[in-house]
Amino acid sequence: MASSTIASPSASFIPTKKELGRSAFSPASSPFSVPKCRKSISKKIVSVMAPQQSERKPAATGSVKTAMTMTEKILARASEKTHLSPGENVWVDVDILMTHDVCGPGSIGIFKKEFGQNAKVWDREKIVIIPDHYIFTNDERANRNVDILRDFCAEQNIKYFYDIQDRGNFKANPDYKGVCHIALAQEGHCRPGEVLLGTDSHTCTAGAFGQFATGIGNTDAGFVMGAGKLLLKVPPTLRFVMDGEMPDYILAKDLILQIIGEISVAGATYKSMEFVGSTVESLNMEERMTLCNMVVEAGGKNGVVPADSTTFKYLEDKTSLPYEPVYSDQQARFLSEYRFDISKLEPIVAKPHSPDNRALARECKDVKIDRVYIGSCTGGKTEDFMAAAKLFVASGYKKVKVPTFLVPATQKVWMDVYSLPVPGSGGKTCSQIFEEVGCDTPASPSCGACLGGPKDTYARMNEPKVCVSTTNRNFPGRMGHKEGEIYLASPYTAAASALTGYVTDPRDFLQ
Amino acid sequence: MGSICATVAQINEFGLVEPIAILLPFRFDWRRLPGVKFSTAVSTQQYNSTHSIRRLAASSLCRIQKKAAMAVSYSSLLSTFSAAAAFSETKPSIGPVSSQAVRFPSISSVRPFIVPFTSNSPVVRNQRASFVAPRAAAESPSSATTSPTSFHGLCYVVGDNIDTDQIIPAEYLTLVPSNPAEYEKLGSYALIGLPASYEKRFIEPNQTKTKYSIVIGGENFGCGSSREHAPVALGAAGVAAVVAQSYARIFFRNSVATGEVYPLETEVRVCEECRTGDVITIELGESRLINHTTGKEYKLQPIGDAGPVIEAGGIFAYARKTGMIPQSA
Repeated sequence: MASSTIASPSASFIPTKKELGRSAFSPASSPFSVPKCRKSISKKIVSVMAPQQSERKPAATGSVKTAMTMTEKILARASEKTHLSPGENVWVDVDILMTHDVCGPGSIGIFKKEFGQNAKVWDREKIVIIPDHYIFTNDERANRNVDILRDFCAEQNIKYFYDIQDRGNFKANPDYKGVCHIALAQEGHCRPGEVLLGTDSHTCTAGAFGQFATGIGNTDAGFVMGAGKLLLKVPPTLRFVMDGEMPDYILAKDLILQIIGEISVAGATYKSMEFVGSTVESLNMEERMTLCNMVVEAGGKNGVVPADSTTFKYLEDKTSLPYEPVYSDQQARFLSEYRFDISKLEPIVAKPHSPDNRALARECKDVKIDRVYIGSCTGGKTEDFMAAAKLFVASGYKKVKVPTFLVPATQKVWMDVYSLPVPGSGGKTCSQIFEEVGCDTPASPSCGACLGGPKDTYARMNEPKVCVSTTNRNFPGRMGHKEGEIYLASPYTAAASALTGYVTDPRDFLQ
Repeated sequence: MGSICATVAQINEFGLVEPIAILLPFRFDWRRLPGVKFSTAVSTQQYNSTHSIRRLAASSLCRIQKKAAMAVSYSSLLSTFSAAAAFSETKPSIGPVSSQAVRFPSISSVRPFIVPFTSNSPVVRNQRASFVAPRAAAESPSSATTSPTSFHGLCYVVGDNIDTDQIIPAEYLTLVPSNPAEYEKLGSYALIGLPASYEKRFIEPNQTKTKYSIVIGGENFGCGSSREHAPVALGAAGVAAVVAQSYARIFFRNSVATGEVYPLETEVRVCEECRTGDVITIELGESRLINHTTGKEYKLQPIGDAGPVIEAGGIFAYARKTGMIPQSA
């Protein structure tokens, strides 16, 4: 059975504030949102439309009993079990452990304390250490933390350490990559069917590759460093079916903001989020990464997109390690299923101060803004900059009205921004277009101001300002100042807003 | 957690003053500990962190014994407790090696044990290379109370969706939690990210610890980042337990793994029934929260799957107990 039991009629039909985004959907295909204090029926959200399911053939012996979702299958294989059900706690073998400069030193400290000062990591090729958070700063402790990583990698002979030593010129560091989640993908560490853990909540980004990827803390990471496995609880899966042709003013960021607004910041707590449907299949890898990136903003444990030809093609030149994708069984049981007709979706923003504070971009057109920020693992990839550049081209190269900060996620993204031609621009690169419309020069690749950081971080919000950002969180103080106001948006919406100085629906320029 | 660190001293057979620090369960009357004589006034305070306890012991030791290089002998006290292996099977020791999963006393009973001064202590130099941390001893001092663990203190009330950026803003994440000095500093910044609408500050200006040992929250406490600095900052500041309606999963997991704060859940919106500064007692064994200021009581949810990990003393202890990783050297 693909969907859970029906909620009580009274709960299904209570309209709430969340109806805001509803006009984009035809009633038949969208689930009704439920009132805020819905704790007692939180597990019973269903789609109004009956989910399609194939006939269960009684002759298919055993398949009913062992039907599993993608997440359950990945964890079963990694824990060497034939079958797993949600709620089981199992010891899972880890394929890749990632850490960065903020949590790495702490994890290393715990590893040494618990396994011994002379202990060796479980597998020097399965740990990927990526400094990315506080890199281009004069903060001494931040710089010392990268040194701690370097010493550890030398001592342990860690194979993958994307080091940076010359902070004045990122290009002088051939190993340096930038934002960990994008680097993992670009360097071929994400593979379908595997288990990837990282000391960062947005590790769930890698689920775009059809693997189990989730964030853990220092203690768990220290444990994995020595043991190569971790005790994990198998999450039930929420299924999000997205069909319909994606309008050309909509990006994956709009999709995930719509979903988070729908189920709230705790709607997926302890659950897996599976994204399927024709729209998802039409997304390229970076867009799928954006989708999975914000799973944690809904409380989700992990997100998954089934691997397909798009995935395999992306991986062709990136990894030579064998991998075996898994897919949810036909009869797999999902906690709930949501269906969306994407062709009707309108550009979405998340207003301050919560990622689930959903609103239509066009409804916020009177909100005056002070700046625009395009960057981070969520919105600083090559495709994100391409989208922003395309909008600027479509607008006729209007000049931006507010400071527009651009922070490519990785060295590779930075190079793409400076070299790839933007369709419809007559061969111009993103960087040329950005310069022409008056954006700030693309900065050194890192996490940048997405999370504030040390006071001298580029584009940090040090005064209370209103910012439209392609990042992932807008809680109070997220980008620096406690009274700063952050509107989360897609790169299209961010670029459009930069051109007007107000929160702007990108259709104003794209249609 | 409400442990008392009593730095006591005794006169040994050579007539020398020997300082010993003892970690005792809350409300245990340490004066009734047999075999111990006191030559100087001792300081007792409620401390929740290993590092604080060590520092307290070290500073108390300074007062009792100004000279360094004092041998520490446990002989008279050992006769009271049965000597156990350095690391008991069921509980981690609180010694220098494992500072992580030491915060949860067993729910069934709590036994006093000895905290030796570590070789990191600036004052005491002659340290034994190994130390004994008797645990789960068959005999406990006759005066030991074996009541279930409880927490008692003032509460600080916050709302829903308190995210990790409010608990510990990103600019402080350069502090490494496994570094003792930086651990303390992290504590001083706990909940500094709360907006100005919170009139009562969690930590007073110029203070580094909080007077609120219990944090009461609403839904989705600890959402946002996976930073372990969040439960660590709370624990380092002096929080013993958090009581919330629900938790974000990474925060909950980190709380259990580190042992820094005990994450408890209620069904009722306790955050709307309690006010910052109310006096609270949490009786873990009875799953009860008592607000002495309002006179009301609330039921706590069972800890669930995290129970075995918490009872073992954290993920490392649990893994050793279940044979997943070898006993530490």
